[in-house]
Amino acid sequence: MSIGNLASLTYILPELLLVLTILVVFLADLVVREKERLGEIALAGTALSLLSVAVAAKSPECWLFSKMMVQDPFAVFFKVLFALSAMAAVWMSLGSKEIKGANQGEYYGLLISSTLGMYFMASAANLLMAYLALEFVSLTSYALTGYLRHNRRSGEAALKYLIYGGVASGTMIYGMSWIFGLAGSMDFAQINAALAHGDANKLALFVAMVLTLAGFGYKIAAVPFHMWVPDVYTGAPIPITAFLSVGSKAAGFALLMRFFYPAMSHLGADGNWQFIPGVDWPQLVLVLSMVTMTLGNLTALSQRNLKRLLAYSSIAHAGYMLMGFVVLSNEGLRAMLFYMVVYYLMNIGAFLVVMIVANSTGREDIDGFRGLAWRGGAAPAIAMAIFLFSLTGLPPLAGFVGKFYLFAAVVRQQFYGLALVGVLNSVVSLYYYARIVRTMFLDFPDGTETPVTLSLHNGALMWGLAAATLIMGIYWAPVIGLADRSLHFFMG
Amino acid sequence: MDHILTYMTFIPIAGALIVLCLPSNKPDWIRWGAAAATVPPLLMAIWLFVNFDRTKAGFQFVEKAAWIPSFNIEYFVGVDGISITMVLLTALLSFLCMFASFGIEKAVKGYFALFLLLDAAMMGVFVSLDFFLFYIFWELMLLPMYFLIGIWGGPRREYAAIKFFLYTLAGSVLMLLALLALYFHQTPHTFDMTKLMEAHTTYSHNFQVIVWLALFIGFAIKIPAFPFHTWLPDAHVEAPTAISVILAGVLLKMGTYGILRINFGMLPEATAQLSYYCLGALGAFNIVYGALCAMAQKDLKKLVAYSSISHMGYVMLGMAAFTPQGIQGAVLQMFNHGTVTAMLFLLVGVIYDRAHHRDIEGFGGLASIMPVYTGMTALAFFAALGLPGLSAFISEVLVLLGAWQRYPGLTAIAASAVIFTAGYILWTMQRVFLGKANEKYLSLPEISGRELFTLAPLAVIVVVLGFYPKAVLDLTSTSLDSLNALVNKFVL
Repeated sequence: MSIGNLASLTYILPELLLVLTILVVFLADLVVREKERLGEIALAGTALSLLSVAVAAKSPECWLFSKMMVQDPFAVFFKVLFALSAMAAVWMSLGSKEIKGANQGEYYGLLISSTLGMYFMASAANLLMAYLALEFVSLTSYALTGYLRHNRRSGEAALKYLIYGGVASGTMIYGMSWIFGLAGSMDFAQINAALAHGDANKLALFVAMVLTLAGFGYKIAAVPFHMWVPDVYTGAPIPITAFLSVGSKAAGFALLMRFFYPAMSHLGADGNWQFIPGVDWPQLVLVLSMVTMTLGNLTALSQRNLKRLLAYSSIAHAGYMLMGFVVLSNEGLRAMLFYMVVYYLMNIGAFLVVMIVANSTGREDIDGFRGLAWRGGAAPAIAMAIFLFSLTGLPPLAGFVGKFYLFAAVVRQQFYGLALVGVLNSVVSLYYYARIVRTMFLDFPDGTETPVTLSLHNGALMWGLAAATLIMGIYWAPVIGLADRSLHFFMG
Repeated sequence: MDHILTYMTFIPIAGALIVLCLPSNKPDWIRWGAAAATVPPLLMAIWLFVNFDRTKAGFQFVEKAAWIPSFNIEYFVGVDGISITMVLLTALLSFLCMFASFGIEKAVKGYFALFLLLDAAMMGVFVSLDFFLFYIFWELMLLPMYFLIGIWGGPRREYAAIKFFLYTLAGSVLMLLALLALYFHQTPHTFDMTKLMEAHTTYSHNFQVIVWLALFIGFAIKIPAFPFHTWLPDAHVEAPTAISVILAGVLLKMGTYGILRINFGMLPEATAQLSYYCLGALGAFNIVYGALCAMAQKDLKKLVAYSSISHMGYVMLGMAAFTPQGIQGAVLQMFNHGTVTAMLFLLVGVIYDRAHHRDIEGFGGLASIMPVYTGMTALAFFAALGLPGLSAFISEVLVLLGAWQRYPGLTAIAASAVIFTAGYILWTMQRVFLGKANEKYLSLPEISGRELFTLAPLAVIVVVLGFYPKAVLDLTSTSLDSLNALVNKFVL
């Protein structure tokens, strides 16, 4: 079923609520004197939108706006994730010392705009729509990265992000034009119909895919499109770094999965996908996945700035998630969805603790964490240990379960080499995650450090995330069930 | 006594939670509270010892419940003749080590909470019959161990802790891949160890060999077998006394237990093929190598650590023989090594607490200063040396008798290493206890009542098992005979 423009409006209530929130934030900026209220408005608006996403999940699957967008469980899953990411970012911003100043109206407006763009990325069903949504997210992200106007690193990061993003999206749209030329349509469903039989020129198709991948790869921070990540993550305000590392990455994956699965592949009865015959695409992604996780982990080993370290770790995690992409099975996709939930919990948590410490000490390097557990910061130190060991993938924490499903999907399809590279990477990653834990617990303060205080506001989110990380490491059946149900693409 | 194994596993965790709630300024409450939490498991272990049906080869006291049904993961525990010896050992050493830890002054609450968590994880490993559950407990052990060595250890504790962590994780991720490979080989997929054991005939030859080796490396790191042993001396030297006891007494046994339970039980054909090199020859080499290394040590604790490598070599050699004597000797040796090495580490701790060093050359004539201590040490040392009438003699002789029937060459090498063992032990005795009393230590106080309390039960077991090994052999023989028969089907 395909619905026209006006009738579609009733289906995009979550998006409309976000638009409304943006407008209210901008208007309120003119009259409200306490700028924290703006953050609270943004939080409430996003929460409302999240609720309406949950309601919209019940409406039937269909094409919207004459097949520009699609309404299906897969899109709903990602919208929930984006709304939660935005809420966490707003919550962190309210508790951050960096985000104080006169421009909070723009800041929250941009943050919600970026979320809106991500919503569109999750439901785009047309090359044009996909490109516009991705650009929308990128443009708002550039501005958010450069938000710390008087911080040179922030400005530098924004500029690098902009230049890199411009090149990547230019490459992508060039690739898309090839696909349009080969398939004769920009519509995902029609592209599938045109290419599925493998009549198109294989080489041209392969080149088109590689070019398109530049755009997606840049959003998910996969090698070799990852160069911007360390600088941007280091320069941006910490809540924005957390938001980019989870929300923006998940948005990239949403688009990547929808583009390469329903648009380019064909689902068999056994839950395995058939890629366009003759195009050796999965092999390329397999190599990318291995290189991404290895390079991310090896480079992270020598980092001393925690935001930079977590930036490289987020590159490595993009590599892990790509493992699920390579195997062309529903199990792999399910593992990716599950991993994104887990990754949301532990990565936002880790950045939150970095922010808590930076709030008190003004430091983001590892030495600022020395003896954290022994100088009043036992709570953030314990929570950080939970997040970091979860990122490593140790039971009984959620990160282990996430990796377990990924490896299970990989072993199931007998990609033993990839699985081996993956697990050895986990061991390497332990070294740098444990180094932070060591600094917090095994080193003792030398008396010169500033004490770390934990506000109730930040503590609530921190313990919430830590508890979820722990609980999902022991009982995760509901979440894997959700990932299972969400793994359904509407294909007309 | 339904759910007895569940209680034994989870009472320490409950104890850890209670300990965390006790006030930090009452360290004695914490110490006694933690010690109290290890009493019920010990009593239940005694009850198990009495009520265990020695005529059955299968699993007893079995409990089963669904955990994550969508992936067919179960909570499934039970004991047979192999694991019950380890359960007894774990319960006993956990209890005694709590008392050996009463001298800890730094962050008492954290120490005892982590220690109880470690107890629970160790017990969990030995009772798990679901491979996934086994893996969770196996990994769960790493975190408390890392902190216990890293925070409460000696001068190079940080290095030792991370080395232990990295080595063990590297081994266990290989085990993870192996367990996934086994899981997906079954229809329907299952982690149930009893079903995996029944399915041992369905694997192709290459599959068996690869999975066997992946599992073996994981377990060999834990034993530790050359060349994976280098973490052990570091970890032992830096760990606090009670942790060394647990490490040598229980953790090392997990390696050989895993080989017996998983490699032997699930992959008997590969076991029959690979055992000569991987277990027999390597075991004999370990015996000689460990003894020679021990002879070269100046640090008393390092000497005991290397002697562990040597003694665990007997276990490997014994099980590689596929004879009833060999395999029973191996399991008996696991138990005896647990008690004897525990005594040795406790005794080293006693002298270290008094003299604040462990330099073998730095003592001399202690026999005239601390006669009771000397007597106790002599008993432990003679047991380690394999003196007839003490427990380790029986198990070593059984191993050599069993191994002789199949590998006379290896057995000759292993038996000749007894000379080296006698060499390093007698030489150490001479340097530490005999000769002229060292002026510096004339005023050293005699071993205290608390310390004797931790040693006496072990001493009694060492003596009793020297005369009456049937107490343990009766427990193990039925299960081991059936396991041995299974493997022997594939021995050419």
